[in-house]
Amino acid sequence: MLKTSSIEENLRAVMGSENLRVAGADDAVSGVHPHFVAEPDDEEQLAKALSFANDAGIAVVPRGGATKLDWGNPPKRAELILSTARLNQIVEHAWADLTVTAEAGCTLQSLQKTLAQHGQRLAFDGLWPERATIGGVLSTNDSGALRLRFGSLRDLIIGVTIALPDGTLASSGGKVVKNVAGYDLPKLVTGAFGTLSVITRAVFRLHPLPRSAKMFSFTAENFPAIQQHVLAIQDSHLAHTALQVRCASGELPATDILFEATDAGLTAQESQLRTLLGSTRVAQSSGNIWNARQDLWNSPTNNTLLAKISLLPTDIAKTLDSLKKLGASRKINWKIVVQAIGIGMLRLEAEPAQLSAAVEQLRTEMQSRGGALAVLRRPSKLYFMDAWGSAGDSVSLLRAVKHQLDPKNTLNPGRFVGEI
Amino acid sequence: MDARIFQELRSIVGKNGLVSSPEELHTYECDGLTNFRVMPLAVLLPADTQQVQAIVRVCHRERIPFVARGSGTGLSGGALPVKNGVVISLARMNRILEVDLPNARVIVEPGVINLDVTGRVQPHQYFYAPDPSSQSVCSIGGNVAENSGGAHCLKYGFTTTHVLGLEVVLPDGSLVHLGGKSLDMPGYDLMGVFVGSEGTLGIATKVTLRIVKRPECIRTLLAAFPGTNEAGAAVSDIIAAGMLPAAIEMMDNLAIQAAEAAVHPNYPDCGGLLLVELDGPVAEVEALMHDVDEICRKNGAWEVRLAQTDTERMLVWKGRKAAFAAMGRISPNYIVQDGVIPRTALPKVMSEIARLSEETGLRVANVFHAGDGNLHPLVLYDRRIAGQEQAAESLSYRILELCLAAGGSITGEHGVGEEKKRMMSKMFSEPDLDTMQRVRCAFDPLQLSNPTKVFPTPRLCGEKPGEYVAHPLETAGIAERY
Repeated sequence: MLKTSSIEENLRAVMGSENLRVAGADDAVSGVHPHFVAEPDDEEQLAKALSFANDAGIAVVPRGGATKLDWGNPPKRAELILSTARLNQIVEHAWADLTVTAEAGCTLQSLQKTLAQHGQRLAFDGLWPERATIGGVLSTNDSGALRLRFGSLRDLIIGVTIALPDGTLASSGGKVVKNVAGYDLPKLVTGAFGTLSVITRAVFRLHPLPRSAKMFSFTAENFPAIQQHVLAIQDSHLAHTALQVRCASGELPATDILFEATDAGLTAQESQLRTLLGSTRVAQSSGNIWNARQDLWNSPTNNTLLAKISLLPTDIAKTLDSLKKLGASRKINWKIVVQAIGIGMLRLEAEPAQLSAAVEQLRTEMQSRGGALAVLRRPSKLYFMDAWGSAGDSVSLLRAVKHQLDPKNTLNPGRFVGEI
Repeated sequence: MDARIFQELRSIVGKNGLVSSPEELHTYECDGLTNFRVMPLAVLLPADTQQVQAIVRVCHRERIPFVARGSGTGLSGGALPVKNGVVISLARMNRILEVDLPNARVIVEPGVINLDVTGRVQPHQYFYAPDPSSQSVCSIGGNVAENSGGAHCLKYGFTTTHVLGLEVVLPDGSLVHLGGKSLDMPGYDLMGVFVGSEGTLGIATKVTLRIVKRPECIRTLLAAFPGTNEAGAAVSDIIAAGMLPAAIEMMDNLAIQAAEAAVHPNYPDCGGLLLVELDGPVAEVEALMHDVDEICRKNGAWEVRLAQTDTERMLVWKGRKAAFAAMGRISPNYIVQDGVIPRTALPKVMSEIARLSEETGLRVANVFHAGDGNLHPLVLYDRRIAGQEQAAESLSYRILELCLAAGGSITGEHGVGEEKKRMMSKMFSEPDLDTMQRVRCAFDPLQLSNPTKVFPTPRLCGEKPGEYVAHPLETAGIAERY
């Protein structure tokens, strides 16, 4: 590796002094302190800086709004933060074609504001939209309540431009919704945690904003009852947009359902829902319930761990049961929001040693039922713990893909599955 | 093929799993795109995953390229055999392995026919959403390879939206599991990359599918417009009104005539026919259908018809789905093209197609998935007239260039295959294609899996592909390496 002074000099030459600064304490990534923060003006400059780092053997952490920078494993090395802060333009909102092209550093909120001017949206409700960027939500494959109806970001992204460590800028996909020419690299880089490339821009398919919306909540006496309700709704003719279960230690489980439709459609579906749920009391609720997933992140302490879980829709009650038992046996406070499609966000509160044991136990249970558990945020004492668990028999293939695109392990080394 | 290898392959699949006589091999020399033909060395029909692995291991060891084949209905030559290679047909692996209704999942072998998935879950009011026109004969494995679409993918998404997990035999014969029954399993989305990779990354031997609850009601409306521009304007207004129909299909007059001659769907004789299907809760669909009706009339529809019964609805769709084959009624030969444009470019591209048609003297019928801008221009010609086939091919490529110039794609659902690989460099730059090829190298460093498809030029993968050992036949000067 080059000397720090020489790296600085070279980077300044690549991108101009005004776009490079020495990193401060706030720039640390899960306890790893980088030397520099680069804020390139455009994607060409970003690719050049990345390519320089790659040649010089220094590790790069791509950064958007830094809202999810501590998700996954801490990087093994992190010398340079490559920020997309200045790549924040909406390149084209082709509203009549229901597509948008935006640079990676554009925040979710500013994107949605622009789209709303034409009555449209990216049908995705990500965490911290005011700060989270397009590049960041894609890299972490964030997933909200709207996924039930509109699919994940992997279903909404239709084109991408990426910078590879060797300085290549490559595009895949396109600007049209239907397109099968070439490999689907937009999907590959979504959820890759910045270990393959730096996303510089993305193209999305859009959806109209709903004409009207109504939401309802109901509770159940026990886990099997809530499970039954969720499956009955999923198996019904209701055309709901979102369906989630909320629960916490010592509380009864609650379910929220969102309808988006015409006024006539809303009235009819409300009555169908009430018929379907029989004697269960169904109350109309406010939009706040859909913040429940983000609220799990409020005021974390040194004893807070957050994880994303994958489970079969039929295993919601079993998972809640596991949590209840785990909470009782290990004195852990827990809180969870699970989407009916089988993606959940879990918060655990306990001494780090208990958290680590709980994660292991819960992950084993989830995996035995065909699910998974990925640690997103954990206390610094638990940085040693693997965030991901097993990738099964595909791990060599994952490494081969990493090796093809980032052979020198420049991008986010050690943050991903299988020590990638 | 070397007799020893031949014997080895036969011992894997058994006598009935091997096709090697020239007469029988002719069946496999092309897929749905019949103007490309290559005779394979042999066709192997494995009965299970282990047999696929064993075959692929032999191919890997002997450096024999292979092409996986489902029902052979593809329209871009994706299943075209490779010279000096074998075809691995998945037709015998056609079992539905698991139906899990509460989780809306079905696990199938790749040879299962698309429509049979729906057939199995229909009694419980579920269906498998991707519906290519060939759905009664095409296989799920082929759908996975091509990321097949269909009329209803406007609302429901493509094959990739409905595949949750894959068991894949990699080109070295090893077995991997990508995705799973649950969502967002740890790791890169290699399943998302595999779907639509046209057989170039390995062979899927098990597929976990998502099925969908049948909506409470389905309504189909036919609207007759003076021309495709007026019909196109109606489509834009429907989308702008915030609706997401299950399907919006458009046909021009030539396509209507052909469909009418073939299956008599009783379409109105007009310049631009729109078929709009809405589905969902009854109250919702009825409210929106009222709006669609109004929008159509406002844009100049002189007849708007709502299919009154399921039988009427099926007939409407029969005409649309038979449109390609129906061309045989009005022309001795035709080329089916598959391009995509941003919907707003429709009037411009249509008038350009008309101009090209006039210029070349070749008729072009147009069938579109209008909601998502997927055009299927059908270039009509007569092979018996000297030069007309070449002229038709050239016209169909010029139409694709129009699509690219409008910011679209060279294929919306038929795939690149053999047919369009030369067009790839018009859509993508060198670095774009090179990046895709690097991903291919991770899966298939020796480039044995459908090696000549999709990309215009092969890329040598970085790694040394193992020690090269000359084959005895090669040293003797009898055979050449592919």
